[in-house]
Amino acid sequence: MSDAPGGRDGPGDARRPPDDGGAGAPDPLAEEAVDPDVDLHVPAQRAEAAGRHGSVVLAVVAAGGALGAVARHALSLWLPPRGDAGFPVGVFLVNVLGCALIGVLMVLVSEGGRDARTHPLLRPFLGVGVLGGFTTFSAYAADAARLLEGGAHAALVGLAYIGGTLAGALAAVWAGAAGTRALLTRGPAPLQRREAP
Amino acid sequence: MNWLLVIAGAAVGAPLRYLTDRAVQSRHDSHFPWGTFAVNVAGSLALGLLTGAASAGVVGSGLTALLGTGLCGALTTYSTFSYETLRLAERGRRGTAVAYVAASLAAGLGAVFVGLTVARSLFM
Repeated sequence: MSDAPGGRDGPGDARRPPDDGGAGAPDPLAEEAVDPDVDLHVPAQRAEAAGRHGSVVLAVVAAGGALGAVARHALSLWLPPRGDAGFPVGVFLVNVLGCALIGVLMVLVSEGGRDARTHPLLRPFLGVGVLGGFTTFSAYAADAARLLEGGAHAALVGLAYIGGTLAGALAAVWAGAAGTRALLTRGPAPLQRREAP
Repeated sequence: MNWLLVIAGAAVGAPLRYLTDRAVQSRHDSHFPWGTFAVNVAGSLALGLLTGAASAGVVGSGLTALLGTGLCGALTTYSTFSYETLRLAERGRRGTAVAYVAASLAAGLGAVFVGLTVARSLFM
């Protein structure tokens, strides 16, 4: 990478202080984190797969993934698509719900320097495991392909499913993250006001 | 019985996503989430193959539960995909976010069709 870490900041991030090179400031590379499963820009995540702790992380991811997949299987059996042109309601709800929850989780776990204060297995278990195992891209793509192949009416349902899941998932992850941020920043304010003389 | 197969498949699929993501990222330092893109497209290809084989009667419900619902389901992810898109957009990388969504949808759907076509030509 040719550009310096400080110069890669997007213009939209107002939470970051203009110069955070001092001691105790969050690693500027960690601010680049985009991938909630694992982002090697975050030093702690770069190291977490090593040694004995690495096998614990993998076991926790596996356990969470199994839990999430069972919940997805239950919901998709409970709300299956009806008929050849049926909208896959179960998988749609799974993906939208899972996206809302990852928005909540990642704000709680990783933003505002909270990485250090949350348990190191929380993100691997809930984010990578449970929510990663719960939501699915392959069933989404396969259901969409089945609908697109199934004649004019089914193809329209397929297009609605493709666009509806995408719009619902992006709205849900935004709402989950924005709502959690709003609660976190609003929460302690009255307390501080009361303590002030 | 199928529930246990879903559990077994997902217990492999989720750590496989994590390890693949790490391996891809360690080779490509990029803002485009290649790791998640790779697992989502690979899982879609595999599910296309499996669905084609199942509709030809070659693969039973047990294997579909193990490899389709369990392994491919947990290997691929929508939550990671959507959170990455949100982060990219929030960090001012709107072009990358749009390209990521478009590429994931096109490649994921394309991979399913490739898998279906290969399975049908092999088994039907």
